[in-house]
Order: sequence, then structure tokens, then C-alpha cells
Amino acid sequence: MKRILLCIMVLVLLLPLAGCAQSDEKTLYFLNFKPESAEAYNEIAKKYKEETGVTLRVVTAASGTYEQTLKSEISKSDAPVLFQINGVVGYAAWKNYCKDLSKTTLYQHITDRSLAISSGDGVYGLPAVVEGYGIIYNKEITDRYFALSGRATAFSGMEDINSFEKLSALVEDMTARKEELGIRGVFAATSLKSGEDWRYQTHLANVPVYYELQEKKLDISRDDLSGISFTKQAAFKNLFDLYINNSTTDPKLLGSKQVADSMAEFALGQCAMVQNGNWAWSQINGVSGNVVKAENIKFLPLYTGIEGEEKQGLCIGTENYFAINSQASAEKQKMAEDFLSWLYTSETGKNFVTNKLHFIAPYDTFEEKEAPSDPLGREVYEWMNREDVETVPWIFSIFPSQNFKNDFGAALLQYAQGTKSWNDVVTLFATRWKEEIT
Amino acid sequence: MQKSLKKYFWLFLLPTIIAFIIAFLVPFVMGVGLSFTEFTTVTDARFVGLSNYMRVFANSDFLNAFWFTAKFTIVSVLSVNLLAFILALLLTRGLRGTNFFRTAFFMPNLIGGIVLGYIWQLIINGILASQGVDLTYHAQYGFWGLVVLMNWQMIGYMMIIYVAGLQNIPHELHEVAAIDGANGWQTLKSITLPLVMPSITICTFLTLSNSFKMFDQNYALTAGAPGKQTQMLALDIYQTFYGSIGQEGVGQAKAVLFFILVALIALLQMRLTRRREAEI
Repeated sequence: MKRILLCIMVLVLLLPLAGCAQSDEKTLYFLNFKPESAEAYNEIAKKYKEETGVTLRVVTAASGTYEQTLKSEISKSDAPVLFQINGVVGYAAWKNYCKDLSKTTLYQHITDRSLAISSGDGVYGLPAVVEGYGIIYNKEITDRYFALSGRATAFSGMEDINSFEKLSALVEDMTARKEELGIRGVFAATSLKSGEDWRYQTHLANVPVYYELQEKKLDISRDDLSGISFTKQAAFKNLFDLYINNSTTDPKLLGSKQVADSMAEFALGQCAMVQNGNWAWSQINGVSGNVVKAENIKFLPLYTGIEGEEKQGLCIGTENYFAINSQASAEKQKMAEDFLSWLYTSETGKNFVTNKLHFIAPYDTFEEKEAPSDPLGREVYEWMNREDVETVPWIFSIFPSQNFKNDFGAALLQYAQGTKSWNDVVTLFATRWKEEIT
Repeated sequence: MQKSLKKYFWLFLLPTIIAFIIAFLVPFVMGVGLSFTEFTTVTDARFVGLSNYMRVFANSDFLNAFWFTAKFTIVSVLSVNLLAFILALLLTRGLRGTNFFRTAFFMPNLIGGIVLGYIWQLIINGILASQGVDLTYHAQYGFWGLVVLMNWQMIGYMMIIYVAGLQNIPHELHEVAAIDGANGWQTLKSITLPLVMPSITICTFLTLSNSFKMFDQNYALTAGAPGKQTQMLALDIYQTFYGSIGQEGVGQAKAVLFFILVALIALLQMRLTRRREAEI
């Protein structure tokens, strides 16, 4: 009796240990950053197993929780081998874990070496994708405007709009005639609910901060960036004011608007323009009752009133880099490298990248016919290859922290609601930047 | 059998003790230890002494969150207990449908905080829309929104505890009081209240510590908006830990301070209410 009892007790104790069985040698653990790509990666894993016999274990962190998940996963004994970092700041946080990738096959194929994250002689992050954002507009509605008689502007089409001054003249006249145009406002709601404000506190802010870097001649991979003080705040305010004053939504109600609300308004033809990126196509397309036709959906750069912006293109870059865990075993690291070159250089892999992940891949193994087929992806591809404009790179990965961005976004909301002055917003930007930068 | 039980008691306790060590003791000790270090992952920490504790007060976020939490706690402890007690009094009088009402009032407690937060956000925004504003417009809206939410969630639970306490009072005492000519108020003050004091101790303890530690309702309802004016302590700790780079240690230091605060206040409250408990 006693012995049986003892056995049972021991078994009970050992039970939890059974769950911690080690994974086998042919498994590659990948911690994925993009929830919207999770399904595609699962298909890729299946195919990869068929072709090479290596199991790709894809774990996807829920939206906005990647850093937490990585923090806890990487300290486990079975840590992710392939993971993702969001840029310079992500690299700074994870540099003890990022392997030098300058010798990898994939790096040799990159179209523009400045797209990778490098530090000194090493390369520590390879871009998974490039994406672009700007002002998305519905050509059907703007054409309707250009056909109106007695309008206050002399533009003949959207090609004429190449500066903030022209954009604001157009938008204000469109607002004045919104009944004739059949819209509720020119811009979709400026979603400023907390967690939904990234289109402004990050994406829009990218433009003025980029010009500030240029003016101060700072190099993001090398120089001390603690002196960024939002000197181009007027440019930000220009476009932001235009958004909130010519919108479908009263500025006081923006605190409860989400990105999905804005995209739905655009898809339903209630507004003519919305700031977002090429990833928004699936969202626009997925709204039931969508009236926007694929051929009418176009991009306009974020004109903010900076001098010389006539030559400005879309904001193109990524915050989605692959990194390989330098503390994993050598074989595992090799497996991760092999997987990356399979994904971006083999026919099967490339097919997945273009048609399942819908990525615009910045590698020379992709030909023009492999450019994305969705309208916004096409537009980004075209803008990227235009000779006459200069792309604004994504530099927002230097923004010091999520807290900084959240606080800036919250201040923008208070400004929109009229409870905070613009000067206070600018001061908050500068002080929080200094406090949070490491 | 007795003898072998004595001999093997540790074996029977072992699973519980191990669970306690893994799930509570180790994380707690590690957590306190980590508050003196700079770290990204818990296995890779560097000792930095008290600097994390200094950085807690480098800006006023923690103190602001503390005052907001304190105000919220005072208001909600009073309102939750008062309303729960009144409901309990009403529902121990043998009215028709008592059981139905008890169940109905208890129901909100079964819904998770995040869901409740979003539901109330919709409701409150719907009401405020008539004024042309929303919940994020003024900190007062967020504050009272949280109080309403807390009340809605906790009253049912506390009411059940009070009902149990009230039903434990021997009926004779009320009869005696009635014969002696005591009116309703006197009965309540001199008989009912002293005898439900144990329930009051429990209920104030629960509401106090729950209000102080509130996180998901706060996160879902206001997330701190406007600015950080409605950010409570737990949310502030979370944001510091996960939202800033290289400030995990600071978040950890805040958490240790938070623990000390909650423990102190709860102990103080227990001592105060315990003293007033009466024995039959």
C-alpha cells in the first residue's frame, strides 16, 4: 500500500516535467512578429518540411506583444533561433542576441545595403519586406471634384498636387463642397484612441523627424540622437490640422476612433482620403459593402510644407527585420540561414513571399513580374522606382520607446480635443524623447 | 497509520509546497532581487544598486498614478460597501424573487475585467456623445467611469458576503430589540452592524485591495487617457516595464514599492476593522 502511494506521489511530481520534453534536432523555432502573416508562415512551414525535412516551428506573438513574448521566450532553453527586430532601437535592445549576417547568402542579394541594420562592420538585421505609406485617395471622388463647375482651385488632376500648399487648397475646397461630392468629409477619422494612434504618433511624425535629422546631419546608426527636439513641428502641425479639420469626425470624438473605423469609412466611400500604408488594401477590400474600385485607389506622399517637397516620394521602409539568435547552437543558426535563403531565393519560397505574404521583397532575386499584385502594393512599387522623386526612409525605429509614442499620441488627442496647446505638445515631444532615449 | 502519516507528512505536503515555491516564492524573491538590477531577460541581469528606485521618482508618473489610485480606492471602497450592504439588507427581508435578484446582482462579477471595460466604454461613450465628447475628453469622466464599473462588478460579490453575515445573526436578538422598543435605526446600529463586523472586515479588505490593484478594467476602459491622467499604479508599472527600453528594472522597483504599499494599507485596515468585531 505504502509503496503504491509512494509511486503515485512520485508520478504526480514528475507529471509536469513530461511537458518540458526537448524538441528534436530538426526543428527551427521562428518567433513571428506579424500576426497577419501567421497563416502564410504556417503554409510555408508545411511546404518547407516537405522539401527539406526541417520542421519550422512558427510562434506568432499577439499584436503589440512581440517584445514581451521575445523577452520570455529567449530566456528559455528552447529559445527562438530566428526572430524579428524592429530597427535600430530593436537592435540596441537585442544586440547580445543578434548574429552577424554579413556573410549570409541573403545579404549578398539585397538590393540596397542601407536597408539592412548594420553596426560597425557587422550586419545584424535583414529586411523581410519593404512597405510604403502616404495618403491613400479614391480617384473616383477626386475626379468627381475636378469635374465640378465653379470650384475655387485650378488643378486639373491629382498629378498637379505636389506640395502641402496645393494639397490644403484642394482639401479645403473639397470640404466646402462635400455635399456635392457625396462625402461626409475629405479625410477619414483621425483615429487617436490609445493603441490606434500609430498612423500619427509614428508614421506621420516620421516625416518631420526625418527632415530634422537631415538638417542636423545626423546618422541614425552612429550619432547620438538625444538632441532631437521636433524642430520641424510646424510641418507636422500643418498636415495634422488639415486631417482633423477636414474630417468625417468631430475632433472632440477622435478619442474613441480606431484604424478600422477610418478604413471602413474610406471603403464605403464616405471620405476621399486616408493616411495609411499598402498593408491596408486587404482591410479596405474586406469591408462589406466596399465601393472603392481597385483601379481607383492611389497614393499621394505626405506633404507637410517642407521646402523642396515637390520631389518627395512615399515613406518606404520596414520595421520588420530578420535576426538570428547568436546564442543558439551553430547548427541551429545554420538552419535559420538556410531557411532565409530558401524563402527569398528559391522559386517556391519566392512564390510564397509574393503571393501569400504579399511582401515587396527588397532582394535582387525578385523580378518585376513578381512585384505585388494588389493596387496599393503596385503603387508603392511604382513610386519606389520613380526617378523624379526621392523616397522618405522609415526612420521611426529610432523613436525611443513605445511609451514615448503613446505619450505623444495621447498629447495629440488632447490637442485635437482642444484641451492642450500645440506648444505643450511640442514640449512634451522633446522632454519625453530625452527621458526615454537610451 | 498515524505513525506512517507522521513519517510521510512532508511527502503529502510536497506537491503543494513545490507549487507554492515555483509559483510564488521564487518569482517573489527573484522579483525583489531584479529590482536592484538592469536586465532585458530575467536570466541576464546586472547589479545596479538603488538606482532603479531613484529613477522611479525621476518623473511624476508614479506619484500621479498613486494619487489617482488612492482617490479611486477611497471612493469605490465606500460606495461598493454601502450599496452592497443596502442591497443585502433588502434581500434578507424575505421579499418575493429574492433568489432571482441575488443571482442577477452577482452576475456581473462573472464577466472578465477587459470585457467589462470595453462594454462600459461603449456605454459611456454613447452617453457622452450627446455632449459631443467622449471618455478621453476629461479625467473626471474616466474617474467616474472606473468607479461605476468597479461598483457594477463588485457590489454583487460583496452583497453575497453581507447576506451570509446578516443571516447568521440570531433572530432572537431582533425580537428582543423589538420588545425593548428599539426602532429600525437603533436595531441596525446596535445589533446588526456590530454582528456583521466580520463581513465588513472581509469586504473592505477585498474591495480595498482589489481597487488598489486594479489593472484590466483600467486598461480597457481608459488606458490612462487623457494623457496619463487616469493611469493607475498597476498600469503604470506595466507600461514602464514593457513600454520603455532598458527600464525593466525601474518597473520592477515600482512593483516592489507597490507590494509594500498594498501590504501596509491592507494590514492597517485589517487591524482597524478587526478591533470593532463583536462576539456573540
